[in-house]
Amino acid sequence: MSTIELDAQERQELREQIEKAIAEHEVILFMKGTPELPACGFSARTVAILQALGKPFAAVDVLVDPRIREELSAISNWPTIPQLFVRGELIGGCDIATELFESGELARILGVEQPREAPAEQPSGLTQIENRLG
Amino acid sequence: MPTAQEIKERIEAALPGSRVEVEDFTGGGDHFRATVESPAFVGKSTLEQHRMVYAIFGAEIGGPIHALSLKTKAIEGEPTAR
Repeated sequence: MSTIELDAQERQELREQIEKAIAEHEVILFMKGTPELPACGFSARTVAILQALGKPFAAVDVLVDPRIREELSAISNWPTIPQLFVRGELIGGCDIATELFESGELARILGVEQPREAPAEQPSGLTQIENRLG
Repeated sequence: MPTAQEIKERIEAALPGSRVEVEDFTGGGDHFRATVESPAFVGKSTLEQHRMVYAIFGAEIGGPIHALSLKTKAIEGEPTAR
């Protein structure tokens, strides 16, 4: 098989894996880094929101392979990371997740109670936790 | 690297009739925050509104424009044919 064909096949497999993950997990966050160690402020904030809501979620670190982000964006028609999916549908990125969280709408979507306290992580500027290499 | 002013102008050009504010929020020239209020957003979900703004910049998002944080809102006015 030529290199081009091999790459196309790997990408197709990767795309199918991503689609399967989105279908199989009620809540899945494609992010930079991991929930324990986010590599970017936007991803960190989205993780903090999900943790504040107490909803279990799957997480995929897109930094592991640049093709993940490319195939994901082709599937979701959304250019940035993080991307939050609930029940197979793109909810949006950090901005939308934050807006929905603050209005109580995200809690409703996830079927949980709106917490009274703000999330633990409230970065005021992103420079301190942003991984500029990401 | 675009400036906040350039980003503002590009959004205004793509969505005439819009009120646009853009700030460079780290001062480093690649993290921007934009507020866009446009008649073109009427009837569109927030997700769609954000997609419309991102579409203006295409492949630059994640590249020269490392981050573009958005707040969008539909307002009254003449929607553009786009």
